[in-house]
Parts: sequence; structure tokens; C-alpha cells
Amino acid sequence: MRTVFKTSYDADINLFRHRAQAGWYALLALLAVLLPWLVNVFWLGEATNMLIWAIAGMGLMVLVGQTGQASLGHAAFLAVGCYANVLYQQKLGLPFILSFPLGGLTAALAGVLVAIPTARLHGLYLAIATLAISILVDDLIVLSAPLTNGVQGLYAPPISIFGLTIDRYGNPYLFYWVVLVVAVLVVLLYRNILRTPLGRAFAAVRDSEVSAKAMGVNVAKAKAVSFGISAGITGLAGALMGHFAGIFNNETFNLLISIQLLLMIVIGGLGSIHGAFFGAIIVAILPQAIALARDAVTGALGVSSIAIPGLETAIFGAILIVFILFEPAGIYGRWVKIRTYFELFPFYRRDMFRRQRSYLRTERMR
Amino acid sequence: MDVLQLVVSGLANGCVYGLIALGFVLIYKATEAVNFAQGDFMMLGAFVCLGLTNAQFLGLPFWLAAPLAILIMGAFGYGLEVVVIRRMFGQPQVAVVILTIALGFVLRFVAGLIWGNQPVSLESPIAGRDVRFGGVVLGLDEVMVISVTVLLTVLLYFYFNRTRLGVAMQAASQNQLAAYYMGIPVKRLNSLVWALSGMVAAVAGILFASKGSIEPSIGLLGIKAFAAAVIGGFGSLPGALLGGIIIGLIEPFSARYIAAGYSQVMAYLLLFLILVFRPHGILAQIHSKKV
Repeated sequence: MRTVFKTSYDADINLFRHRAQAGWYALLALLAVLLPWLVNVFWLGEATNMLIWAIAGMGLMVLVGQTGQASLGHAAFLAVGCYANVLYQQKLGLPFILSFPLGGLTAALAGVLVAIPTARLHGLYLAIATLAISILVDDLIVLSAPLTNGVQGLYAPPISIFGLTIDRYGNPYLFYWVVLVVAVLVVLLYRNILRTPLGRAFAAVRDSEVSAKAMGVNVAKAKAVSFGISAGITGLAGALMGHFAGIFNNETFNLLISIQLLLMIVIGGLGSIHGAFFGAIIVAILPQAIALARDAVTGALGVSSIAIPGLETAIFGAILIVFILFEPAGIYGRWVKIRTYFELFPFYRRDMFRRQRSYLRTERMR
Repeated sequence: MDVLQLVVSGLANGCVYGLIALGFVLIYKATEAVNFAQGDFMMLGAFVCLGLTNAQFLGLPFWLAAPLAILIMGAFGYGLEVVVIRRMFGQPQVAVVILTIALGFVLRFVAGLIWGNQPVSLESPIAGRDVRFGGVVLGLDEVMVISVTVLLTVLLYFYFNRTRLGVAMQAASQNQLAAYYMGIPVKRLNSLVWALSGMVAAVAGILFASKGSIEPSIGLLGIKAFAAAVIGGFGSLPGALLGGIIIGLIEPFSARYIAAGYSQVMAYLLLFLILVFRPHGILAQIHSKKV
């Protein structure tokens, strides 16, 4: 294990703990940039999809992992970001480079608007309120058909930046790089928010609202800001999702997407950027893995390919159940344990990451 | 006449929502966990009864199959608590929510695998008959749904307030550790509550199946029932029923009197408004946390 000598106060909040860590991330970044030359077009598309999900996951992670507010309605903000981005381009004629951040901003505003009335809610009740919002937005898109074209949906035009036309099918590697740049920017934003007083306020609200209040944190404001940032990042992901899918309607952003997003970051590991990426990898890889496994099974048995409806969500659910039961800290939590094992070898103890048992006391009074 | 018809069908629907909501509230009241798979429990109960009753499967008489299905669902709830939920002891509430959402996915898939994804109807003696009250003709299924629901709510209310076991469950929910010190077998109680909730879900499922055809995706009705539980005030048994009835009544009336498209939004709009202005429901039981 590497011991870091802290010679300045900045050492506590540096982006990287030491040089070697920075080196590994630089290698990862290099690999990500060079990916179009390493894999074929199909897997590049999957990687793009994964990155978009990771951005959305980071958006939700700010709210759930950092501020501790559960949301079952983040597909609503995906939808707002996606529709706003395309509508700014179509109705106002804005270029992508303007409409994209504006779409994110619109989603952030929507998030703050949602947060203001729901600021008093917490835990379960917030989850329900956001669930209602997800359903309401779904219906709202259908109702405002003149603008959103209802169930027929909208068509996302190819992205055009400085005269360069970027189309998912025409030149997938350019689209991949655009998504990669956005993902890296979001990661930097996320990391930097955590280093500010605001990020500390989020953590305080997550760990205990009562003590956060006692420490002078404006809980309602912290929640609203967290909601706004979270919705904004999710909105950016939504805009990219729209360009990735090409055609989208209200069904693209239904309640199941909200739930899948939440389940994804739980599998990945709550409270870490890595978790959002690990979860996104699972979400992006799973359908392909199931398809491959099905082909292998049907090929081995010599029967014609059979489609089982709901298999994908069921396997996803089963994976999640296993994780919640045996590794509540998610994939990232398991990775930290494995890493610590090797760093401390042979001094790792099984109880090092043991959670403290807490007994339950109700908030209901009679 | 029209209005009366709407009221009765709304009440009947609302009672099914209310029954599912009762299942939510039972578990919440006793263990402070929220079972998001309650709608899928209801679906499973309906399918178990269907599997026992319909000639295509086992072909038992309905009046034997229905109690049997209720018992099976009770055992299922008990087993689920012992095998899965108990491991969540002492973990945050949201973890259980996520676990049960995932469980719902799996249950829906399994039900689809066993009984198919096509709508099927239960061969029940209640379905399709009429009863007359004075000059009013009502469906026997609707009358049955309403009366069974009211009966069950009253029974559960007395169970929680008057019997030793019910009071012990309440004690365990208020402070697990203290209840444990008082000699209450908290773990077994939790299992029993899940069993009870599975049984209530089975009743809801059988009643729902008598009203029309069922398919695995009816488990998603649980979301509406959840809205009902929140509107009524989570943790209150009469509140769950009240919320269910409110949602059940809003649906047919808004479908009739408000433009199409807006009507399906009304239930969730009401939920949202209730959450904003009266966050803990009509019959509130939660107060702000004291340190």
C-alpha cells in the first residue's frame, strides 16, 4: 500500500491521490480515445451507449449517492433534456453546441422546480413523488402533442458542430468522441463539486439531515441545488440519448427507464463515479450477453431461436437481488475490497469493511 | 343512474387498490420496510388461484381453490421473508425498496413463464352475475369485492389494536431493539407480517381476477395502489382503504367528465398535490424526527 505524505492542505482535495493513480487514469483515457481503432462499429455503438448511460447514472448519483435522496423519476429529466435539445434545434434553429447545454439547463430548471415543492419530503416519500413525476411527464409529452408530436415522437437531426456533421450511423467514431468528451467533462464537474463546500453539504444532508441542520447547512437549499445539478446532468444524457436513438417518443423515457437507472447505480455502487460506470457497463452489456447466450443455447440444442419476453429485466432483477443481499456496496465496493486485499496482503481482515448494524426506530409517533 | 354505476364500479376498483395498499401498509406498519412487489404478490395470488381452479390446469372447485391460494401466498410471503428479506435487517429503507422492485421483475417473468403472457380469466362463480338492491342492478363481483374489503379492513384494524400479536407487531415497528428486550420475537413477527401481507394480496388478486381477465403485467397496478397508500397516509390501515377508494373513484369520473388523455393523469396529479401540501397523507402518522 502506498502511503501518501501530505505536505499541503491541498493534498486532501487533489483530484488524484498520487502520481501513479493519475498515470492509470491517463492510460484509461488514452484507451478510451483510441477505442474506435480497437473495436468494430457494433461494439463502438455499445460503448457509446454505455457512456451515455454512465452520464445519466452520474446525474442520478449526485442526488442518490451524494445527497442521499432517492429518485424513481429521473427518466422525466432524461425526457426534458432530450426534447428541449431537439426542440431548440428544430423550432429556434440553434446549433447543437448551444442547444445541448441549453437542454441540460432546461432539465436543471425542471429539477429545481420539482425540488422546491418536494424539499420537505425525504426517503420513501420523495421516491414516490418523483415516481409520480415520471408518470406525469410521460403523459404530459403525449398531451402537448403540437410541440412534442405526441406518441409519433420526434426525429433527432444529425449533430452539426462547426460545419462538421456528426451522425451516429454515418460516422460513429465522431459521435463516440462527442459522447466521450461530454462524459469526461461531467466527471470533472462531478469531482469538483464534491470538493466544494456544496459537496460537503450534500454529504452532510445524506448522512443526517438533523445534524446537517445543526451544522448550519441549509438543507432545503442543498437538496434543491442537488436536484438541479442531478437533473441537469441527466438532461445532458437524455439529449445524447435522443441523438443516439434517432427517433424517440414518450415511451423512450417511461417509468421502467427511471427504475432501471436507479437499479443501475445501485449495482455499480452508490456514492462513487466508478459505480455509475460499472452499472452502465452492466446495463449496456447485458442485452448482448443474453443474446449471445441464447444463440449458444439454441445452437447447442439445435432448436430455432426462441424469444422469451421479459427475460432481460428478470435477469437484471436477479443480478440486483444478489448484489443487494451479498454486496450492498455494489461492484465498486467489491472492487475496493479486492484492491485493499492485495494492497495490504497478507494483513487484510474480513471485518475491515463491516457495516455497523443499526436497529430500526420508527419516525411514526402514536 | 349513470352516476351510481360509476360510483359502484369505482368503489369496486378502489377496493382492489385499497387491498393492495393494505398489504403495503401492513408490512410498513410492522417492519418499516416497503414492499414494492406488493402488486406482483397480488398478481401471483390471482394466478395461483387460477392455476388451481381453471380446468386447463388443476380444475379444483373455486371454493376450495381460493382458501388454498390464500394459504399458498401466505407461505410464500413467510418463506420470502425468511430467505431474502431477513438479510436486509438493519439496512436502509431504500435498499429494501430497490430489492422488492427487482423481485417484482423476477416474479412477473416467472408468472409469464408458467401461465403465459396472454390475458386469461379465472373460472369463478362470482363473475358475471347480478344482484338487485331495490331497483338497482349491481354486478355480484363488485358487491363481493366491496364487502370483502370492508370486512378485511375491520378485521385487520382490530387485529392490530386489540390482539396480543398485533400490538406486539406495532411495538416491534416502533423500536425493534426495545421490543426485542421486552421478549418479543421480532424476527418471527416479521415473517408473520409478510405472510399476512401475502394472504391479503392473494385475496386482492382473487377478487381482481373475478372482475376481469388477468395477465402478469397487472402487477404494475401496485404503483397505483402505492399512490393510494400514500394519499391515505402511509402506516394507516383505514387510510389505505380510503386512498384506494379515492383513486378508484377519480378514475371513472375523470374518464367521463374530463377530456381523454387528461383523465389518466388525475390520480398521479392528486398524489403529487397531496405529497406537496400534506406530505404524510390524509390520515397522517408521521411527525418530524426528534433527536
